[in-house]
Amino acid sequence: MPKSSVSAAYWAGFRHGLPFLLVIIPFGLMFGIAGTEAGFNLAEVLGFSVLVIAGASQFAAVQLMSDNAPVVMVLATSLAVNLRMAMYSASLAPHLGGAPTWQKALAAYFMVDQTYAMAMLEYERHPKQSTAEKIAYYAGVCTPICPQWYFSTLIGATVGQAIPPEFALDFAVPITFLAMLAPMLRTLAHVAAASVSILLALLLAFLPGGVGLLIAAAAAMFTGAQVELWQHRRRL
Amino acid sequence: MNYSTTTIWVVIIGLGVGTFLLRFSFLGTIGNRPLPEWVLRYLRYTPVAVLPGLVAPLVIWPAATGGVFDLARFLAALATVGFGIITRNNLAGIVGGLAVLYLALFGLG
Repeated sequence: MPKSSVSAAYWAGFRHGLPFLLVIIPFGLMFGIAGTEAGFNLAEVLGFSVLVIAGASQFAAVQLMSDNAPVVMVLATSLAVNLRMAMYSASLAPHLGGAPTWQKALAAYFMVDQTYAMAMLEYERHPKQSTAEKIAYYAGVCTPICPQWYFSTLIGATVGQAIPPEFALDFAVPITFLAMLAPMLRTLAHVAAASVSILLALLLAFLPGGVGLLIAAAAAMFTGAQVELWQHRRRL
Repeated sequence: MNYSTTTIWVVIIGLGVGTFLLRFSFLGTIGNRPLPEWVLRYLRYTPVAVLPGLVAPLVIWPAATGGVFDLARFLAALATVGFGIITRNNLAGIVGGLAVLYLALFGLG
């Protein structure tokens, strides 16, 4: 394997990852601010971003914890948000499965929506690449994206304490969630799942600490899958 | 928020380990075998199943107003989704949502 093609793959990934800085930096700042607002100290806020490195689930955990939900519910709901990572893992496996375990472990740790999406796009475009080139491309995409998540969290957590309540930063969490969510509403099945989730979560809001949300999420997943099946059958 | 420091770190580390295991699952173990289609069909909908239910009560009953419905925050939420759907861009949703939030907060006094 010539060194140059691996290094070219790395730098291609790096260039493709750069535009995501525009998304990662504001989200990181928002998480730093939201975590501080909820009452976490600097080490804890950073702990989330470094150890979990998955924005939506971090926001979910912070939100549930500011409602004093039981630990089991916080973990169950936040991990449910990350279930899609198992799907990413399954679809990356045919491409990266041949790499050494330490490389696969690093790829797993840095697996976020953006790195996954860019990698899959590239692997479908260039299926004949070697595993080493594919890993190098993946590492290239991660380089501009992932460290910025830590730094922008740190800045958000530091600055957040200085922002007065008039700025309604309590609403940073809902806005961030909705901004992540809106582009996902691609099909009727996605919209149906989201609607069931909203409706049941509001109806079951009287249930203690996250139970209503788990029921709503399960029903919504089922709805999404069934609508997709129904549409698929109608098209046949 | 009312947790001990230990409990907070249990959540952070638990979430970190659990998320890593989800990410490593297939990559680390099954190698090149694909998942059954019906499993993928459910997994596809997890984000849109969890996030809307999590955010809906925060929009309808905001904590900052003591759980009383607030028009400014509601309009900001609608704007965020609207900008997000039209532009397919996370950042546009955040900027648009915050702009409407501040306009509405000042405008509606």
